[in-house]
Amino acid sequence: MTKPIASIDKLTKSFKGMEKPALDAISTEIFPGKMIGLVGPDGAGKTTFIRLLVGLLHPDEGKITVDGFDTKTQANHIHEITGYMPQKFGLYEDLSVIENLRLYADLRQIEPNNRENKFARLLKFTNLVPFQSRMVGKLSGGMKQKLGLACALIGDPKFLLLDEPSVGIDPISRRELWKMVKELLFEGMAVLWSTSYLDEAEKCDSVVLLNEGVKLHDGPPVDLLKNVLGRTWQIRGVDEKERRGILIDMLRHDGVIDGVIQGRYIRIVMQKGKSKPELEKGEWHQVSPWFEDAFIDILGGGPGGYSALSETMQAKNHNDQPVIDAQGLTKEFGNFTAVKENTFEIKQGEIFGLLGPNGAGKSTTFKMMCGLLHPTKGQSFVMGLKTATSQARSHIGYMAQKFSLYEHLNVLQNLNFFSSLYGLFGKNKKRQINLMIEIFELKNHLDMNAGTLPLGFKQRLALACAIMHQPDVLFLDEPTSGVDPITRREFWTHINAMVEKGVTVMVTTHFMDEAEYCDRIGLIYRGENIATGSPDDLKALVQSKEMPNPTLEDAFIALVQGSDAKDEGSVE
Amino acid sequence: MRRLFALIRKETLQIIRDPSTIMIAFVLPLFLLFIFGYGVNLDSNRVNIALVLKEKNPDTMSLVTAFTNSRFMNVKIGQDRREFEKDLLAGHLRGIVIIPQDFTRKVVATSTTRLQIITDGSEPNTASFIENYTRGIVQIWLRHQAEDRGYQGRKSAISVETRFWYNQELKSRNFLIPGSIAIIMTLIGTLLTALVIAREWERGTMEALMATPVTITQILMGKLIPYFVLGIGSMAICWIIATQWYEVPFRGSFILLLVATSIFLIAALGQGILISAITKNQFVASQIALLSAFLPAFMLSGFIFEISAMPLPIQGLTHLFAAKYFVTSLQTLFLTGNVWPLLLSSMASMALIGIVFYLLTVHKTIKRLDA
Repeated sequence: MTKPIASIDKLTKSFKGMEKPALDAISTEIFPGKMIGLVGPDGAGKTTFIRLLVGLLHPDEGKITVDGFDTKTQANHIHEITGYMPQKFGLYEDLSVIENLRLYADLRQIEPNNRENKFARLLKFTNLVPFQSRMVGKLSGGMKQKLGLACALIGDPKFLLLDEPSVGIDPISRRELWKMVKELLFEGMAVLWSTSYLDEAEKCDSVVLLNEGVKLHDGPPVDLLKNVLGRTWQIRGVDEKERRGILIDMLRHDGVIDGVIQGRYIRIVMQKGKSKPELEKGEWHQVSPWFEDAFIDILGGGPGGYSALSETMQAKNHNDQPVIDAQGLTKEFGNFTAVKENTFEIKQGEIFGLLGPNGAGKSTTFKMMCGLLHPTKGQSFVMGLKTATSQARSHIGYMAQKFSLYEHLNVLQNLNFFSSLYGLFGKNKKRQINLMIEIFELKNHLDMNAGTLPLGFKQRLALACAIMHQPDVLFLDEPTSGVDPITRREFWTHINAMVEKGVTVMVTTHFMDEAEYCDRIGLIYRGENIATGSPDDLKALVQSKEMPNPTLEDAFIALVQGSDAKDEGSVE
Repeated sequence: MRRLFALIRKETLQIIRDPSTIMIAFVLPLFLLFIFGYGVNLDSNRVNIALVLKEKNPDTMSLVTAFTNSRFMNVKIGQDRREFEKDLLAGHLRGIVIIPQDFTRKVVATSTTRLQIITDGSEPNTASFIENYTRGIVQIWLRHQAEDRGYQGRKSAISVETRFWYNQELKSRNFLIPGSIAIIMTLIGTLLTALVIAREWERGTMEALMATPVTITQILMGKLIPYFVLGIGSMAICWIIATQWYEVPFRGSFILLLVATSIFLIAALGQGILISAITKNQFVASQIALLSAFLPAFMLSGFIFEISAMPLPIQGLTHLFAAKYFVTSLQTLFLTGNVWPLLLSSMASMALIGIVFYLLTVHKTIKRLDA
């Protein structure tokens, strides 16, 4: 049997001011040539675990050895043989691609004569050759991530540690990165990959699953799937309009531990030994389990389907006119056309998703719809009002990426501030704030600063701030980026409840499971809308003999690549 | 060494590409020197005052002439205090001098004068200026009176003539400019370094650096050296502007200026590194740098406010700030020359402060995140 590259023995680490240890008596071994997935909800201790392994933190108890060196006393040796890519990639944005590589090469004292060779190989490997002299600040997220990987690889590490390398990255870049790292395994490198994308975890050789500092699983992902075998189902044959309502209903049933929308179907995970609830419409179809099902199961089930919003929120008046109307939206920045002739309509009570690779023009379209950017050409309307007017804005709720909260204000102060921003005052303001506190169960956290809130509560607060003025339209810009599946489900529970009340939602996302919640999706690439339709429509577009059952991610990639091929064809 | 060079090269590239660094290092000095050179002037020229005359006769009229002839004051004349009170409140007048009714009789009888001076206490400097100048004018006037009346015999045996050394023209600019150079060096040394290191923490690059085989000393030196060079460069610019444009004299030696600047910069950089090591956040780092370096350099260094005029506890406090010693060194080098005992003790104090910062920094920064 081969020797492990890293052995972790009863590792415990606590931080000041925290009740529970961040990591509690973790033991495991990591072997060369293997890809280890490190998964768990937010705050599970993933980042702490990786930092401990590279000696940037010291354990309180227990012992870690990497290649025979103790992290506590021989961190210097460990730094020689490991490559580490922190969450923010650790790149200098004001240096060019090649300057970053040179810096890390010098820091690892790579001999000058084989340096250029190495750069050429890494640049080729990461497809960054044409961008060598570009400033890192001007690279897309996907390219930064690849460069971060190249910098971590420059010292030919035996052990590579990647901390959430794929957050905020589009599916195409994600697949490319995955392929690259996979290749490294053949050279005998061990890779520890922490992720909140469970489809990535599913493809790892072995998975370490952490929750609240405790190890829940350590072994091949298949072992975990066995736990949920025979308990995963789809409800098929229900009207598309009703599926949200049925999901909400299903999640209330005893025995249903998880449920999500998958295009026109509803995916349900049952508790062990519990029988499926009766269906008024549609029928049950058994499906094979996914890692995500097993993940939710081992963590004790999803958040349930109940949102207090569904009882306390007033239903919106019925409206036959399109709530959102974009007509030929075009935005040019100098010579560069970020968005070209984008036209779409969104009906009341619809969830419309904007998908596309990084830099495709999603955010630009989004900002024009919210009135934050002025279109070069074209017009957009919200509730029949021109966007960028204050009447239109009063109908809009906006939740920006990374929860734009005031981190140094406490929960109540944030609520107060945002309610004033939206022009609420007096009794009405007080009532709305109290309502939000009640709906999102913020009562026990009112005095906490937004910056120190647990992530799930941050998300609730951000949503509360965006909907306090009862908007007709909700704009969500990558609302759950970097958030674990459970927190994401909770978020969608609230969104679904609002949509049932007639709120219209427009959302951008990189998570395909999130995109499945959408009624319709607009796929944006190079500033143009290359396909519009329901998730199932898009899947049907790319269905073929080779791909009889494409996932939404497959559809995304095939459509984008197809658009590339068409472009090349038209040039020739 | 390769590692250190790589870090220095990286830092230099960043400095060159970051417009805000260049602004702080080269444009801000120009701007501050301009403000202190032209905007701030502690010499009081032409202060507006009013003279209230309760008694009109040739004697008092000659006193009035003495006032109106003064090149330091603009004098308005009236009969009643009340007509000027409004102007004093509005700030159009800085003071009112009242010549009382029996002024002449008292002068003749006792050779002493009694005047009332009302000044705007909200500006103590100007207020005491008016008081002193009024005294001076009246003293001179008294002497002339005595001479006119033929009391030559009583002319005092000693006459006082004031001469100012080192700054003969009494231009406040001449000591303000060297002082403001100390402020600029504080900004570059402490504020800029505190910001750049905190930025590395914020952007996660510090974590990436720490996971490579570099030592913490190399990381710190890689920051110190480029900013040290930047500080010296900025000093050169300040010196040229001070001596060439503002024509401030420079009477000391260059070598000593370089040595004093180096010692001060090392202390200031040490403070910057310590701040960023503790805060790891650009906003907090800049606040602390402003409070612990910039404001003390401004207020407690003797640059504008005389240290000997401060309450004792505050005077004691000023010894903790390297800027105080640097202001002294610069003012000495510019206006006086190589006054060895003073310069040596100042440099020793700065060096001591610097060493304390480095000891604290070394204690605080280890190559780990949970320090």
